[in-house]
Amino acid sequence: MSGNSKIIIKDVNLHFGKQHVLKNVTANIPEKQITVILGPSGCGKTTLLKTMNRLTDLYPNVKIKGSIHIGDDDVLNTKKDITEIRRHMGLLSQRPYPLPMNIFNNVAYGLRISGRKSKKYLKPRVQHYLQMANLWEEVKDRLTDPASSLSIGQQQRLCLARGLSVDPDIILADEPTSALDPLSSEVIENKFIELKSQYTIVMVTHSLQQARRIADYVIFMYLGEIVEQGPAEEFFNNPKQELTKKYIKGLFN
Amino acid sequence: MVVALVFSMTLPVMLAIGLYYKSSGLLMEQSLFNLIFSKDWRPLSGHFGLFPFIISSLWVTVLALIIAGPICLFSAIHLTQYAKSYVLKVMHPIIDILAGIPSVIFGVWGVVVIVPFVSQHIAPLFGKQTSGYTIMSGGIVLAVMIIPFILNILIEVFKSIPEELTEVTLSLGATRWMVVKHILMRKAFPGIVSAFGLGLSRAFGETIAVLMVVGNVTRIPHGALQPGYPLPALIANNYGEMLSIPMYDSALMLAAFVLLIIVIIFNFISRMVIHRMIKIM
Repeated sequence: MSGNSKIIIKDVNLHFGKQHVLKNVTANIPEKQITVILGPSGCGKTTLLKTMNRLTDLYPNVKIKGSIHIGDDDVLNTKKDITEIRRHMGLLSQRPYPLPMNIFNNVAYGLRISGRKSKKYLKPRVQHYLQMANLWEEVKDRLTDPASSLSIGQQQRLCLARGLSVDPDIILADEPTSALDPLSSEVIENKFIELKSQYTIVMVTHSLQQARRIADYVIFMYLGEIVEQGPAEEFFNNPKQELTKKYIKGLFN
Repeated sequence: MVVALVFSMTLPVMLAIGLYYKSSGLLMEQSLFNLIFSKDWRPLSGHFGLFPFIISSLWVTVLALIIAGPICLFSAIHLTQYAKSYVLKVMHPIIDILAGIPSVIFGVWGVVVIVPFVSQHIAPLFGKQTSGYTIMSGGIVLAVMIIPFILNILIEVFKSIPEELTEVTLSLGATRWMVVKHILMRKAFPGIVSAFGLGLSRAFGETIAVLMVVGNVTRIPHGALQPGYPLPALIANNYGEMLSIPMYDSALMLAAFVLLIIVIIFNFISRMVIHRMIKIM
């Protein structure tokens, strides 16, 4: 494996009440590559993603053991303020959830709450991130329109711009294209490939084709356990586990 | 089925027409404007100014909303955002019970507890002396009565906001409180307006509990620690009693008509606000 590990997950066990959702999950997520967490629905892949920035705190009756190191911090057991750590990770969810504000403010919000409020500072920043998300040309004349007036594909790109605005070094994406049409999906996928020179990207998907198209590193999960992980080429061409072979051939379900 | 539907749809209109028709006797003699804005209420000499009653009603209602509004809003936010899930499960039956208590019981509670409390504790704070039968007492009793209705709607409003919105906002480095203040409150705003609007309409028409504690003195109140005489109390106290006085029943019908119209206006305004807010978001 080339490069360094950005996120080091070790022996993570997660329970929702009595349900054992993540079982002894251990993985190293490489820096500045696209890591795809693959697996059928309900295998715990979204939960694993949300454990990385502790959104699991929101759920009732959650118990987590183990450690997730990002840089020097153990996210799960840190004494640091979790909001500060979350700022290093942009989140792109399954469906776009624009904030109930206009287009400009959607991108500016993250900057504003971290204290950067002057219009003079915000304007070029917002433009920069909207350009990064390939949305600027479409919205530059209607920045004061409500974000909900955009199409779903545009909204998802707006959410990407919003996530990038706080200058994270990790992008967490939870099936970010599952609600989009093929064309908008392609835009997002290409964007990810472009962005991976600057960001570590972790994406959850259940689409084998999508994983083949963009993954550098694959983590394959089934029923809360990691079945197999490795560099994409090796994973797809030379899988070691029976279960993986079956899944790749599409013999699942 | 269609007949039933048409019946229920035309009911408010028929009510309004009926009340208007019944009060038309008085309206032929005096102008509506005069009746609404005159403070002169002397039925024996034919003066039926409704202004003191309208103002009393507004006082009690607005006071009730000022008390109940923040309580409901903060409770709903706490219950849906911060509290453990079993708290909400415990709260639901409590709210239902509170909503189901007959209003006369709230009235008795008001007379026994709130009226003396206002007289002995609240009024002295402002250096005033009163029997306790005041707008303030009416407002407090009414606030308690509308809390379950407003709270119920607000809980639903906050529950209907997708959790992912909270997740994405947290990921931008927001704290829980920022999420509530900047995002959820904004998203919930139309719902909050409609909850308050419904509470307002309910409060405006509430009769018996208010009547028992508010003092029922025909005078324009100039503060919360003075007695008042709201519209519904006027109608309930007098209808069927002094109808030998000419035009008296007509005046009470007009009072009922005005009450109905004001409630409809409340409803209409909150609907408009909601409509505009939804467009903006």
